[in-house]
Amino acid sequence: MAETAAVQRESGRADPPAPQAAIALAHLWRDFGDRTALRDLTLELRVGETLAVLGPNGAGKTTLLRVLATLLRPTAGEVSVLGCALPREAWKARGRIGYLGHEPLCYRDLTCAENLRFQARLHGLEEEEVGERIARLLDRVGMLRWAGELVRNLSAGMVQRLAVCRAVLHEPELLLLDEPHSHLDPEAAALVEPLIGPAPDRTRVVVTHQIEAGLAEGDRVLALRAGGAIAYEGVTSGLSAGDARAIYGGAP
Amino acid sequence: MSARTSSFRAFETILAKDLRVELRTLQSVPAMVLFAVTTFVLFRFGLDRDALSGSLAAGVLLATVLFAAILAINRLFVAERDEGGFDAIRLAPVDGTALLAAKTAALVVYLLLLEAIALPVFAIFFLDSWAGLAPLAGILALTDLGLAATGVLVSAIAANSSARDLLVPLVLLPLLVPVMIAAGGAAELLLANGGPSYDGIAKWLGVLALYDVVFLLVGYAVYDFLLED
Repeated sequence: MAETAAVQRESGRADPPAPQAAIALAHLWRDFGDRTALRDLTLELRVGETLAVLGPNGAGKTTLLRVLATLLRPTAGEVSVLGCALPREAWKARGRIGYLGHEPLCYRDLTCAENLRFQARLHGLEEEEVGERIARLLDRVGMLRWAGELVRNLSAGMVQRLAVCRAVLHEPELLLLDEPHSHLDPEAAALVEPLIGPAPDRTRVVVTHQIEAGLAEGDRVLALRAGGAIAYEGVTSGLSAGDARAIYGGAP
Repeated sequence: MSARTSSFRAFETILAKDLRVELRTLQSVPAMVLFAVTTFVLFRFGLDRDALSGSLAAGVLLATVLFAAILAINRLFVAERDEGGFDAIRLAPVDGTALLAAKTAALVVYLLLLEAIALPVFAIFFLDSWAGLAPLAGILALTDLGLAATGVLVSAIAANSSARDLLVPLVLLPLLVPVMIAAGGAAELLLANGGPSYDGIAKWLGVLALYDVVFLLVGYAVYDFLLED
């Protein structure tokens, strides 16, 4: 990949007035003890855009998502999510973010409906509309008949569908999705797509290992090398699938 | 939806969840009760005494309650750690102290349930007179609050450690020495041979109440930091 592409910046795409940045990172670093997981990340994602995050295992993709979700503090650098400076204003951003990580964040000894009701109450949703919203969401992902089932009795794919419902229950402005289709068969993936897939006015950060799909659905792409350094950041048209694969292979 | 959910609503939501899960799984309270009753049986035959009074009775009761409490304290954050509850709660616009308060309340409920069964068993096994039981229940309630306030803090600290079962007693027991001394002093008077005595009990009640207040305030002050990565 050309050296110039390594830090490619999109320019002149939007004439004034520019949409507000949903995410703005400036020289973000995140360390775990002696190990650096994210190395000097700078990027901007505007409202309504999708950022596809690619990279091999250990590149810091999940760490980035957890920083954006306010679950991890940055070690250094500036992070702004939905106009809130992290970590100082994390409490303002929480509740406006939908996070779908590797863990479903659902209690195994509660039923599907109880888990969603628990989340709804924590997010301050109106009691009157919660029941209907939960039923509607479970219906959309084909889980309505499992509403009263304990999560521990569900298959991994069913739990993932429930986790999707949990992530979008409070109608977040920003979706942070870490391999959202894991455990899902094609039919189930199609069911959840309207809830978490690309849509106008839906701002998303999607971590994926499906290179072609990521490049197809993203407006921008962030490719990370093992060790958390940026290999490419910019519009998706600036990165070919072949170059993206080379990053996975450790090529410079 | 960006506004912060009221702390009371978050508190009651988390508490209701914990109590519902405990009612469904019976993971903590039955183990605590079984431990306490078994311990009383062992003391009954080990000490080879028909009746206990004074400091020995207080010691048997409070040591049993303390070690039974550790069973629940060890498990207090298991679901939050293993099932992502910490993240789920931190992703919501709620004050971290709502989690602290809910866990403290849940632990107090577990301890009260334990004592509702263990105290009569203790009385049947060891007491000639039940006259001091009612005020003793009050002392135990104050003790429970101290145990819970401290236990929740230690449990949260230990939650992400693989040596949780070792860490909790190691850190918790020294912290609980003041509450055990005060509770023991008060209980000794109430379980005195010949009936309860109230002389000097106010001092122990004051120490217990002060301990409870201090550790509740410490929890309120530091809990948000404990939840951070």
